[in-house]
Amino acid sequence: MQTAIREIDNGVNVTALLGAREALSQAPEAARFTWRTSCDWVMGTHSRATVEGFHGLGEEQRHKTRFAFDTDHPEVFASEDHGPTPVEYVLVGLAGCLTAGIAAVAQHRGIQLNSVRARLEGDMDIQGILGMDRDVRNGFDDVRVTFEIDADATREEIEALVAQSQKRSAVFDILTNPTHVSVQVK
Amino acid sequence: MSEERPGRQHRPARAVTVVVIGAGQAGLAMSHYLGRAGIEHVLLERGEVGNAWRHERWDSLRLLTPNWQCRLPGLRYAGPDPDGFMSMPQVVDFLGDYARRLSAPVQAGTRVRSVRPADDGYRVITDRGEWRCRAVVIASGAFNLPRVPALDRALPASVDRLTPREYRHPGQLAPGGVLVVGASATGLQLADELQRAGHAVTLSVGEHVRLPRRYRGRDIQWWLEAAGIHDQRFDEVDDIERARRLPSPQLAGGDVPATLDLNALSARGVRLVGRLVGLQDTRLQFSGSLSAHCAAADLKLGRLLDTLDAWVRTRGLEGCLEAPERFPPTRLPNVPCLGLDLARGGIRTVLWATGYRPDYSWLQVPVLDRKGQLRHHGGVVDAPGLYVLGLPFLRRRKSSFIHGADDDARELSAHLVAWLARGHRHGTMPRGLTTALGA
Repeated sequence: MQTAIREIDNGVNVTALLGAREALSQAPEAARFTWRTSCDWVMGTHSRATVEGFHGLGEEQRHKTRFAFDTDHPEVFASEDHGPTPVEYVLVGLAGCLTAGIAAVAQHRGIQLNSVRARLEGDMDIQGILGMDRDVRNGFDDVRVTFEIDADATREEIEALVAQSQKRSAVFDILTNPTHVSVQVK
Repeated sequence: MSEERPGRQHRPARAVTVVVIGAGQAGLAMSHYLGRAGIEHVLLERGEVGNAWRHERWDSLRLLTPNWQCRLPGLRYAGPDPDGFMSMPQVVDFLGDYARRLSAPVQAGTRVRSVRPADDGYRVITDRGEWRCRAVVIASGAFNLPRVPALDRALPASVDRLTPREYRHPGQLAPGGVLVVGASATGLQLADELQRAGHAVTLSVGEHVRLPRRYRGRDIQWWLEAAGIHDQRFDEVDDIERARRLPSPQLAGGDVPATLDLNALSARGVRLVGRLVGLQDTRLQFSGSLSAHCAAADLKLGRLLDTLDAWVRTRGLEGCLEAPERFPPTRLPNVPCLGLDLARGGIRTVLWATGYRPDYSWLQVPVLDRKGQLRHHGGVVDAPGLYVLGLPFLRRRKSSFIHGADDDARELSAHLVAWLARGHRHGTMPRGLTTALGA
């Protein structure tokens, strides 16, 4: 669709990503990453989590900045609403992951994106977390993602971008498949 | 090394130029070309010609390719039913006839125990003596050992497990529900057969390839062949590793060719669930990615049909074909099933239709990668004089099909012959051959 002189730029360095893939195929142990956050209780349902260091490519790494995130619950939960609920952060994570994937796949496929907007909804029956009905699960029972994408591509090409981004998404995998979680007291 | 000597056979090692391991379609096609080139060779076959087709497939299985497409070097289907699909006994007869026509030097009932490098070639140790040879062609197939997920070991004893290699007919299964894991050709066919036999079938679906049996009045295999898709080469596709990992398409042969897809199965009452991903206590856990996998398969089918329609237009073939059509999207349950409690007794048998892998346990040559796969470039294995045939997308998309054996065996035998000649210093690789093979 695009002409030869047209430069596709979604701001994703696909060459570097492909180079990393090639390098890691020679040294797969460097592909093991550990992501971290630490969280301090503030008061009530309000906590503050920070993200700074992580491990990957065989050594300790660091974000350019230390990021801080407040989590709380809204006033209808009799809380003070100092920040989004933890489950909203889950939606934030899924949105960020799928959208980044769309940009990367589009860059790789030579598709110029003009705008991408995702709307996410997660349904939950709070009888679960309130312990009212043991047949109701605590977490989301349904998550819906709707993308509105303006790109120089056909509808089928855009649908294929979204499909491929799900296929390669870490958060989509985390949400759709069970994960072993261990919680200990030090 | 002394304990490895074939002393217990009290027979000296026999010498031959080339050992071909396996006498299925791939080994026989190679034998055809080696014979034509005057290369002395032997085919070591653990059982009989076409052994896997004879002993390791279920009773109702038909080939996924129509009879007209079943061809081998120098042989075309000449029977009365070109549009039919061979049963396993018919495939066995087809290959048996071919072996006799070739007078292929098959050593039946000879199981290879090990292949290891030796001076100027390889030692091949079998349960019936040892061979010394300059070159080895591995034609033992890609579908030797069923892949069984580790979860199998965690299932309670009350649940029977079965792989397609042992499955023959529905009567083998205890009455009750069946979980078929895997939605490629095998999983769909067995889910269909078991549901029709009165079992309540649940089908666990991950990444899959959806194909209609017929499109615009022609069999889908006609399309894939005519439009050149079967002939796509391993050095032409973007990501060959991914292309080789692609699950086999959802297809079935039969007396009445019909599309067997997830919609057909759910219409017959089969319950669709996501990929089987865990067992928590007695509860099987299914992935929530079912709709994503189905949407991706529907999209890819649409893209394939667009490609085929475009090919029809460029060839000006519209007049010879029915009008284009599009198939309804995969229908899924409104409420996805994310788990099943085995304690409730709904699942009596788990059938692992989770694919096969080749068995290289006998191959004592350092040519396997960290995942246990052969390192090869289009069948030229990463060790001098070692070749492989018949793996998925080895050199072309059709490589693991019966009709795919011809082109691959022709090119690899040419490489082998040139390599032998070079080794004997009787000449050099024919001009252009190295580039033609990309090796």
